[in-house]
Amino acid sequence: MTTLLILTVLVLIGISIWQISKMFELSQTDRNTTEIADDRDNNTQGKLMFAFLVFIYLLTLYSFYAWGDVLLPESASEHGTDYDNLLWISFALIFFVQTITQALLHYFAYKYRGEKGKKALFYADNDRLEAIWTIIPVITLAGLILYGLYTWTNIMQVEENDEALVVELYAQQFNWKARYAGNDGVLGDANVRFLQDFDGKNLVGIDATDPNGLDDVVVQELHLPVGREVIFKMRSQDVLHSAYMPHFRAQMNCVPGMITEFAFKPTVTTEEMRQNPDMVAKVKKINKIRSENSKELVANGEEALEPYIFDYVLLCNKICGASHYNMQMKIVVETPEEYNQWMAEQQTFAQVIQ
Amino acid sequence: MSTVAAHAHEEDHGHHHKETFMTKYIFSQDHKMIAKQYLITGLFMGIIGIAMSLLFRIQLAWPEQSFTIFEVLLGKWAPDGVMDPNVYLALVTIHGTIMVFFVLTAGLSGTFSNLLIPLQIGARDMASGLLNMISFWLFFLSSAIMVASLFVEAGPAAAGWTIYPPLSALPQAQPGSGLGMTLWLVSMAIFIASSLLGSLNYIVTVLNLRTKGMTMSRLPLTIWAFFVTAIIGVVSFPVLLSAALLLIMDRSFGTSFFLSDIFIQGEVLHYQGGSPVLYEHLFWFLGHPEVYIVLLPALGITSEIIATNARKPIFGYRAMVASILAIAFLSTIVWGHHMFISGMNPFLGSVFTFTTLLIAIPSAVKAFNYITTLWKGNLQLNPAMLFSIGLVSTFISGGLTGIILGDSTLDINVHDTYFVVAHFHLVMGISALYGLFAGVYHWFPKMFGKMMNKNLGYVHFWVTAVCAYGVFFPMHFIGMAGLPRRYYTNTAFPYFDDIADINVVISIFAFTAGAAQLVFLYNFINSIFYGKKAEENPWKSNTLEWTTPVEHMHGNWPGEIPHVHRWAYDYSKPGQEEDWVSQIVPLKEGEEELQH
Repeated sequence: MTTLLILTVLVLIGISIWQISKMFELSQTDRNTTEIADDRDNNTQGKLMFAFLVFIYLLTLYSFYAWGDVLLPESASEHGTDYDNLLWISFALIFFVQTITQALLHYFAYKYRGEKGKKALFYADNDRLEAIWTIIPVITLAGLILYGLYTWTNIMQVEENDEALVVELYAQQFNWKARYAGNDGVLGDANVRFLQDFDGKNLVGIDATDPNGLDDVVVQELHLPVGREVIFKMRSQDVLHSAYMPHFRAQMNCVPGMITEFAFKPTVTTEEMRQNPDMVAKVKKINKIRSENSKELVANGEEALEPYIFDYVLLCNKICGASHYNMQMKIVVETPEEYNQWMAEQQTFAQVIQ
Repeated sequence: MSTVAAHAHEEDHGHHHKETFMTKYIFSQDHKMIAKQYLITGLFMGIIGIAMSLLFRIQLAWPEQSFTIFEVLLGKWAPDGVMDPNVYLALVTIHGTIMVFFVLTAGLSGTFSNLLIPLQIGARDMASGLLNMISFWLFFLSSAIMVASLFVEAGPAAAGWTIYPPLSALPQAQPGSGLGMTLWLVSMAIFIASSLLGSLNYIVTVLNLRTKGMTMSRLPLTIWAFFVTAIIGVVSFPVLLSAALLLIMDRSFGTSFFLSDIFIQGEVLHYQGGSPVLYEHLFWFLGHPEVYIVLLPALGITSEIIATNARKPIFGYRAMVASILAIAFLSTIVWGHHMFISGMNPFLGSVFTFTTLLIAIPSAVKAFNYITTLWKGNLQLNPAMLFSIGLVSTFISGGLTGIILGDSTLDINVHDTYFVVAHFHLVMGISALYGLFAGVYHWFPKMFGKMMNKNLGYVHFWVTAVCAYGVFFPMHFIGMAGLPRRYYTNTAFPYFDDIADINVVISIFAFTAGAAQLVFLYNFINSIFYGKKAEENPWKSNTLEWTTPVEHMHGNWPGEIPHVHRWAYDYSKPGQEEDWVSQIVPLKEGEEELQH
């Protein structure tokens, strides 16, 4: 595959060099030594402008056809549905405006290509026209702004409540940890000063003198019960990180020295997402690619790639150093029963430091 | 005859002294020479910046594979020809820094503000030739330091062009945050000093040195754009300087402006009470206006080129000026849209969403006015005109996705993904580059007294135009797939395996685009030496710079500075024989000056 691509590149570069050298030959004639376009140039370039419009449209259509399936699947969180609605409304608007304005721009460039002796229309101003295309964006954007702000406020308003699960996401170069509040539902105080206590067993720096912290549970894999609101408290011990959970339409920076928040309610379990037809197709495609790549690896005497099974992921999305690209944590969304069972198997902070 | 000469001499005091090579080519105080110095330094930096992007595009398309070119260029940073992750981050960082500041700020604005402000307003030179010279040499010094930082032992700065602390503040966090980062900060501090000196000079010159009759409402749109850009620069660059100085203090003198509660490499650091969010505010208070510092000059240049080559007045001159002013004002109160998910209060997010989406209004007005200027024109499709039309196209394509990113809600899931990369490269990177190219093709005769080759110009434009969309359009898709930017490779996530092919396609377009720039370079250098000699006014343009002789001279006009009698856009005016009327031609009897 790679060899084929490199060959293609080489061929393309070869063709360009050949074409360019041809250009140099052509450019030696007198007509071409100047930069000023004549009627022949205007004619050719005008037509190319129109062709370029076709190119933009075709590129758009082709991209959707070829790559439409890489887009994120439907949202796995409650607010994500509102997010997706707003997104697709905005996209519909963008495509509408893009299609029309690019058409006008390139069509005019083609239609009014210059000719010797022709005179342009002296048309310097039209207040009414300008008022129209000021007011239309004003109204459209007012609508978008209002809708956007309404959704934003709904998403970002984090209210403490007894029902919600409180989870701390703890970032460090280059991994994630999660801390659950335990039975009391309150996270114990924590600070980086405590990280070295208990021979490094205090993974997120819990203050051992705070009784709230003793039943806290620190894990390396995030488990969430479906249908229950989760309030995330983000911390970082070294540099900026960003907790990005694309399938849940959720993201918040982790900032050393402060605690940031984000909350959402997962609505689709990992198992359900694996059954989603879009996801099934995507995983199938990925595994096809992986087995292709494996052939090459095996031929070189290396190990084959493991087949891929879908899991939600938490990614780091703020540049944080050399292994930024591999700072991840698996997220498992499961039924409350499965979640309780998993939680019962975990050690509390008190047990860890004993 | 003799009186004219005497008069000229009087106005021209001090300009007839003999020039040495040093004063003419190196420490020149002539704005036309300084413009060329800016352009050539900017192009040189541009070659480095673009070459870096091609290197990391190789890595992105064929991750972690061995390439001889890496071994040759990166040496010990590419053991066995495989690029090191730290080097990847360094390349991304320096590519961004060089393109934004050194090419599209200094190279674009520095070149054309210097060349055109005195020539288009009818002045002998800038208000202060000395400051202008110092401004260029500071820029040159900062470029030299930035290039030198590429050669330090631990590598150049690698914290992203935004150099957010603590990553940029702590040498323990990554190798690039050692000497490389110090040089980055020193280079930028000098760059800011250069930019401020330049901007103050532009503002003073435009306000004070306009020739008789050149009222503000008769200024060409280029000058309006450069003038307003200079004002934005003076307002916002000092804030970046303060951020850089505070960061230097945190790094070297143990202060805690941006740092707090840090545990790194098995050690608790002493920093208390600072906040990286403060740095983000300071950075983006410049960072966002910077987008318009880059873009407005490009829009000014294309306004002039589109009107000239459409042989039509620019449509809605007043609205164009108003939208430049509106964009400039709004640009200073939208910085928070880079920080929706930084941890700042969500209410601030609401405010910044509101101000950000407002910018779409003057931008839409500009786009529609450009399109209307083309309508029923007599378009002369010179290379400069093609790049100008191309700019409008990418400005629309890239600007529209701003509606998504400027909306705090939608930003949550596309923030820092490739969607952002696609957006800002189209709307400010490619658009501003097109502005730069358009400017070079259009004013090359004025700068070098020669014409460029149009066929090579056409090849340059079409290959670049196709490749620009080929590179950045697919990036929207991988961004919508949830792929973060600044990832050395995506192989750590099998979930992203299906976008590997897209990355190959993007890289191939990128290499082809890079090759097309060689055509431009060849054309540029070849035309300086062997280009056809230019006439005084090759484009039949109305503005004052085309009334000066082809051979450069100190003081620009041999005689008296011409007076101005009309606006710059009397193209195809009814009642005139030609389809253009220079600004220096008095109104005919009974002719009305258009109250645009």
